[in-house]
Amino acid sequence: MKINNVILRTVTKLVVFIILTLAVYLFFAGHNSPGGGFIAGLVLASAFVLLFIVYDMETIKNAIPLDFKKIAALGAFLAVGTGFGAFLFDVPFLTQAFDYFQVPFFGEIELTTVTIFEAGVTLAVVGVVVTIILSISEDV
Amino acid sequence: MGTLNFIVLIPFLTALLIPLFYKKGSRLHIGLLPILVAVSLFIYLLTYIPDIANGKTFLHTISWIPSYGINFTTYLDGLSLIFALLITGIGTLVILYSIYYLSENEQLGHFYTYLMMFMGAMLGVVLSDNLMVLYVFWELTSISSFLLIAFWYQRKRSREGAQKSMLITMSGGFGMLVGFLMLYAITGTMNVREIIEIIPDLTGHVLFVPAMLLLLFGAFTKSAQFPFHIWLPDAMEAPTPVSAYLHSATMVKAGIYLVARFTPVFGGEGVWFWIVTGVGIFTLFWGSFQAVRQTDLKALLAYSTVSQLGMIMSMFGMGSVALNFGYSTESVFYTQATFAALFHLINHSTFKGALFMAVGIVDHEVGTRDIRRLGGLATFMPITFTISLIGSFSMAGLPPFNGFLSKEMFFQAAIDITTLGVFHVDTLGNLIPIVAWIASIFTFVYSMIIVFQTFLGPYKEERLERPANESPIGMLISPLILAGLVLIIFFFPNVLGNYIIRPAMASVFPSLATQVDLGVEILRWHGFNSLALWMTIGVVLIGIILYKFPKIWRWIYVLFPGEWSFNSLYNFAIEQGEKSSRRFTNSYMTGDLRNYLMYIFSFFILLIAGAFVLTGSYNFTISDNAMISTFEWIIVMSLMIAAISILFAKSRLTAILLNSVLGYGVALLFVIFRAPDLALTQTVVETVTTVLFLVAYYFLPEWQKEQGTRKANLTKLVVSIAVGATFTVVALAAQNNRLFERISTYFEDSYELAGGRNIVNTILSDFRGFDTMLEVVVLLIAGLGVYSIIKLKAGKRGKKIENQ
Amino acid sequence: METLITILSGVLVTVGTYLLLSKSILRVVLGTAIFSHAAHLLIITMGGLKTGNVPILGDEDVSAFVDPLPQALILTSIVISFAVTAVILTISYRAYQTLGTDNLEELRGSKYD
Repeated sequence: MKINNVILRTVTKLVVFIILTLAVYLFFAGHNSPGGGFIAGLVLASAFVLLFIVYDMETIKNAIPLDFKKIAALGAFLAVGTGFGAFLFDVPFLTQAFDYFQVPFFGEIELTTVTIFEAGVTLAVVGVVVTIILSISEDV
Repeated sequence: MGTLNFIVLIPFLTALLIPLFYKKGSRLHIGLLPILVAVSLFIYLLTYIPDIANGKTFLHTISWIPSYGINFTTYLDGLSLIFALLITGIGTLVILYSIYYLSENEQLGHFYTYLMMFMGAMLGVVLSDNLMVLYVFWELTSISSFLLIAFWYQRKRSREGAQKSMLITMSGGFGMLVGFLMLYAITGTMNVREIIEIIPDLTGHVLFVPAMLLLLFGAFTKSAQFPFHIWLPDAMEAPTPVSAYLHSATMVKAGIYLVARFTPVFGGEGVWFWIVTGVGIFTLFWGSFQAVRQTDLKALLAYSTVSQLGMIMSMFGMGSVALNFGYSTESVFYTQATFAALFHLINHSTFKGALFMAVGIVDHEVGTRDIRRLGGLATFMPITFTISLIGSFSMAGLPPFNGFLSKEMFFQAAIDITTLGVFHVDTLGNLIPIVAWIASIFTFVYSMIIVFQTFLGPYKEERLERPANESPIGMLISPLILAGLVLIIFFFPNVLGNYIIRPAMASVFPSLATQVDLGVEILRWHGFNSLALWMTIGVVLIGIILYKFPKIWRWIYVLFPGEWSFNSLYNFAIEQGEKSSRRFTNSYMTGDLRNYLMYIFSFFILLIAGAFVLTGSYNFTISDNAMISTFEWIIVMSLMIAAISILFAKSRLTAILLNSVLGYGVALLFVIFRAPDLALTQTVVETVTTVLFLVAYYFLPEWQKEQGTRKANLTKLVVSIAVGATFTVVALAAQNNRLFERISTYFEDSYELAGGRNIVNTILSDFRGFDTMLEVVVLLIAGLGVYSIIKLKAGKRGKKIENQ
Repeated sequence: METLITILSGVLVTVGTYLLLSKSILRVVLGTAIFSHAAHLLIITMGGLKTGNVPILGDEDVSAFVDPLPQALILTSIVISFAVTAVILTISYRAYQTLGTDNLEELRGSKYD
């Protein structure tokens, strides 16, 4: 099924980057305004899905040589790992820590272990969603 | 985090690492990693001996579920130290032995992973102070035992043996869990130490005896006590290192550990004394009696393990009476039985481990372990012969081996117990030394069978798979060390007694240990006045006669054609269970999804709507409803129309698009309901779902018009409307009946509690992080599921499973 | 508003049930998807609708928020139901590919029974 969609492809090239930026923004915004790990993961996944739909599978696979199964596994590992990480500090399972730091130029920023947990969630969501779509569509 | 907790976790971590490092054909043997771990744990535990011998104990707690009193608390005292040393020490030797025993072509990665999992679980059992944690580790030992017995899963007997051991020990474990919960109900704490402190005031509680019985059920199934012993002989299908480790030295002693650990709780009760002693003594007799008739060396050893476990168990029972008296010279007198039990526990691990390994060597070298085919191996395998000789003579209770010492003490304890004035021992109690003595004769006989029928007599090469040869030195190291210990312990028993067993006595009798030194001087020679010595001499004399002239008494076994009576009961139960559950299942499992859904829906309607009508709890107002704007009316109406039109959609494309309309409509509603996170997520998910449907529909057939009889369609319609109506009515009523306060106000402190301003996000990632974590895992499983359903085609099975 | 949304989810449940009882496996999959929409709407309705502000703490002092807990529950549920839909869809696709039919009446049992 080869359809020459020049307009679609051109738009996609542009839009994918906007979506990716949005995803990154949503990920970091998540703690204080709408957004968060799940949403960021889904938005990222939809960017990839868009690429896979517009271009053919091989092109994208060459351009993004990622094994999304491994990404999903890494995500789940991170999420579960932060839970066990709490043991190292002698606090109950999954206890998260946060603190505020004064950084020149940026002002006060907040560093929290939740970010790692959220990153795990994001990676897992991206990995799983893309894996699902890819494995169904690849099977001809 | 306490180092003790690490001791439990390290084997598990190793188990995780082994698959990563394992490569077939690599130069370094994968067994080196577990052996290194085991030996360092052993050495580390050795450093605790001086402190423990001085009466110190170690306690570390990691909070797990503090709100339920469930914490990963490790507690190291004399009793747990004995077991921990056995687990790591014998573990090291067994792993060393297994490196030479198992061929490189076996699935060594699996083997050592399971073995390390077992080691961690077993350490967890003996080091945990919390009932729930202990239970978890307890079941983990059953699981790893299951995996190890079924290591050669291509064999039907291995699978059956594994299943049997799993069913029996797990049901016991489950009973034990109920017992633990009862203990919790009685005392209100999950900590064993606290229970020991509180329990003296609560022995009259109505749950006290049931809790005790259930706990003993768990202990007896695990330690293969009569009549639950039937799983142990079948467990011998496991590779010999596993039999030596799990099924003689450690796991089967978990039940004994439990009895010892809970002696301060239940000891001093007549029920406890009679059950533990009675079952133990009878198991001792039955095991040794059955062992004599076995022709498979490993089965013989299995029954002998059953019998020896019974002996240890009975001694713990006898010792427990000391708690009935409180502190007095008399009570200290009875504690000697417990001392003997602990002593024999260690001795048994040494000589039985050596014997198992020796039998493994014979099996490995000549390819059979049937004593009818063996004989005359002594000239070919002199070292193995020596090891077996030492092991068997120790088991038979002969000097100069450690078994002699503990056997004498056992006889002494059995004689002493008849002088007991309580629990009606004066009548039935006289049987105890007599049964013990008879059982010891059989023990003597089968010990002789192991040595002499295997290693002496005519050599029958034509009946062996391979000609006999001494095994490589690597396989001999471990049994030689154990055999050496058998001798060393005989000559220096009091080193063991003072540094290892005495502190353990303090754990079993905490109330007495503060008043008096419970150590016992182990004597090699009691003088000719000792009745125990004459009992031993009698055992040897009669044993030799029985061994020499089997014909005159073997007919006894004809009287017990029900050798497998409990086995056949078990088989019958399994068979009937399978049959009746199949019949029952087939009666309602028609294979049609719609039937199942009909069950669910009719139950839903009958139960919920029925309860609603009966209780009359319907209650509904719209007074406190929020306002509805025109815009919202339009959205809701279009959603309803979209939903209903799906039913009439002619093509599936229409149906998917209508479904997307629903999804985006719901997202719009989320916007109106002040849920930005939800709206965002719903929009994106709906997009992805639509893509998914479209991709999948590419491969699927166009949908047919639903054909069906008018009646069937009508039923469907009625059921769906009924379900929808019930749902609506219940939901409406629920909104107007608030039974509880809102809990959400708690989360509104999210900035202080979790450092985030987005409350929904903090709930997800912090307050309820556990849910999210598991959700991620579920997602991963779903992803892998989809991947494997698509990619893995059926019909490409690996090895064919053999059904012999 | 609460009543209206409840009735809407009731309608969705009815439609979902009807689809679940169909013969075609695709209809069943769609039915489950519609069920989850209904459940989400029900959960958010239970927390009360439009009675407060967006549950994000701002600098200004806002005392009333809408209930954040149902939102968190639904967020979890949305993602899970996507995964479940994907799994069911894959199974049905695979069943069709192997057995050549998507009719549930023909898809009963296996030859090993």
